[in-house]
Amino acid sequence: MNKEVNTDIVRPKQIPRRAFAAIAGEKLIELIIRLSGVSAIIFVLAIFFFVFREALPIFFSDHFDLFKFLFNTQWYPTSAVNVRYGTFALTVGSISITFLAMLIAVPFGLGSAIYISEFCGPKQKESLKIIIELLAAIPSVVWGFIGLTVMSRMIISITGAPVGVNLLNGGIILALMSVPIIVSISEDALKAVPDSYREAALALGATRWQIVYRVLLPAAKNGLLAAVLLGVGRAVGETMAVLMATGHAVQIPHGLLDSVRTLTANIAAELGEASVGSDHYHVLFLTGVLLFLLTFAVNLTADFVIRGIRRK
Amino acid sequence: MEQTTNTIEIEDLRLAYGVKEVLHGVTLNIHRNEIFSIIGPAKSGKTSFLRCLNRTIDFISQATVSGTIRVDGEDILRLKDIYHLRRKIGMVAPLPVGLPLSIFDNVAFAPRCAGLTQKTDLAEIVERCLKQAALWDEVKDRLNTLGTALSGGQQQRLTIARALSHQPEILCLDEFSIAIDPVTTMRIEDVLKELRKEITIILVTNLTQQARRLADRTMFLLNGDCIEIDRTEIIFSDTPGNRKTYEYVNGIFG
Repeated sequence: MNKEVNTDIVRPKQIPRRAFAAIAGEKLIELIIRLSGVSAIIFVLAIFFFVFREALPIFFSDHFDLFKFLFNTQWYPTSAVNVRYGTFALTVGSISITFLAMLIAVPFGLGSAIYISEFCGPKQKESLKIIIELLAAIPSVVWGFIGLTVMSRMIISITGAPVGVNLLNGGIILALMSVPIIVSISEDALKAVPDSYREAALALGATRWQIVYRVLLPAAKNGLLAAVLLGVGRAVGETMAVLMATGHAVQIPHGLLDSVRTLTANIAAELGEASVGSDHYHVLFLTGVLLFLLTFAVNLTADFVIRGIRRK
Repeated sequence: MEQTTNTIEIEDLRLAYGVKEVLHGVTLNIHRNEIFSIIGPAKSGKTSFLRCLNRTIDFISQATVSGTIRVDGEDILRLKDIYHLRRKIGMVAPLPVGLPLSIFDNVAFAPRCAGLTQKTDLAEIVERCLKQAALWDEVKDRLNTLGTALSGGQQQRLTIARALSHQPEILCLDEFSIAIDPVTTMRIEDVLKELRKEITIILVTNLTQQARRLADRTMFLLNGDCIEIDRTEIIFSDTPGNRKTYEYVNGIFG
C-alpha cells in the first residue's frame, strides 16, 4: 500500500518537470532552426563584405582605373614599368566557356532526363541514375586532369591544333561536370508533372514524343530552367578543372581552339603569389567581387524569366 | 436489327492488376448512336473498363487484359496503331485535367497531334468544339489565357470540348459531373443528348438518376461482374432482371 502511494506522489512531480523540459527543448530547436535559416543571409552578406573590404584599397591606387579594369584586355599585374589591371579578357573567357559548356550540356542533360523519366524501363532507370550520380561525385581536379591529358591529346590529333588545352577542351570538361546536375534536377521536375496530364494527352491520341514536347516541357519549364541555371552556376564557379584544361592564356578567344583564362582560374593561380596588401592582392579580390556580381546577374535574370513565364 | 448496328462488341473481357482480377469476364455490345451508361458502386471496375477501351490500360504496369474488344470490327487489344484508336475515342476524366496550355491550345491539342497545322482549320475546330461543349460564349474573348485558370465547371466543359476535337465516333465520360454544379451538369446533359445524333456515348456515372435521364441502355456493374444490361426503363423499373439491381438503384443496397 505504502509503496503504491509513494509512486502516486512521485509521478505528478515528475510530469510537470518533463513538460517543462519538453517545452524548453522545443524552443531551443525552434531557435536553432531559425538561426540556421537566417545564417544563410548573414553568410552571403558577410562574404560579400569581407571580399569587398579586401578589394577596397585598390580604388585609391594610382595605377587603377575602374573603366580600364572592366573593359581593358591587358592583364599585367606584376609588370615593373607599366602595371595594367584589365579583366575584360578574363570576363570574356568565363562567359564564353560557360556558354560553350551550356551549349553542350543542356541538350544532353535534358535529353537524358527525358529519357530517364519517360522512355526507359524501371531497371535501366535505376542503373542510369546511379551512374549519373557517380559522374557528379568525380572531384573537379580529376576532371581537370582528364582535360589536361586525355582530352588534350584527342583535340590535338583530331583538329591538328598546336595546343590541346583551350576553350573547346575546357567547355567539354565543364559540360561533363554540369550534366549530372542538370539531369537530376530536370528529372525531378519531370517527375513532378502529374500523371493525369500524361493520361489526358494519351487519351487524345498523342504519341510519347508528342506528350514530351507538347505537355511535359511546358508543364515542367520552371524546374527545367532551374536545372539549367544550376548548371550555369556550376560552370561559372568552377575553378580547378578550367585552370587545368583551358590553357590559361589571357586573351579574347577568336575560335574554339584558342586558349583562354577565366576569372576563377586567375584568382586561384595568382592569389598565392601576390603579397598581402599589395595592389595585385587587392585587385584580385575585386575580381572576386566582379565574379560575384556576374553570378548575381545570372540568377536575377533567371528570376525575371521565371516570373515572366509564370505571368504568361 | 441490333446486331448490325453494334459499334463495340466485347467478349469475356477480363482485367487483372497483378494477381487481383477486377473485371471477371464482361460480355456486352454497345450500339451505334446510343447513350450507354454504366452504373455501380465504387471499385466495381467502371473506370478500368473505360481504360481498356482506349488502351490507356497499357501504361499501368502489371495490368493484364484478356478477352476481345472489337471496335467497328477491329480487335483493339491486338491493334498496332493505338493512336488511331485513341483518336476515335474521346475520353473525359472525372476531375477536369486542363493541360497547362492556353484554352485554344487545349482544344487544338489532339488535331495538332494528328498532324493538322493550318491555323484557320484549327480555329474552326476550336470554335465548333467549344460551342458543342457550351463553353464558347464564356471564353471566346480569352482563348489565349491558361486553360487551368478556368473554374472547375468550365474546365470540365473544356475537357469535353477537347475530347470532341478529334471528331471521335465514341465519347466516354467518366463521372463527368462530380466536380461541377447541377446547373452546368444539366447544360452538359443537354449537350450530350444533342451529340447522340452523331456519336456513341458511354457514360459512367455514380448518379443513378443521371443514367435514368440520359441513357438508352444501362449496365449494372458490381465488383467486376456484369449483373445486368438492359433498357434503362427496365433497369429502373420495379422489376429489373436481378434483385441486386433493384436494390442498388433504389438505394437499399450497401
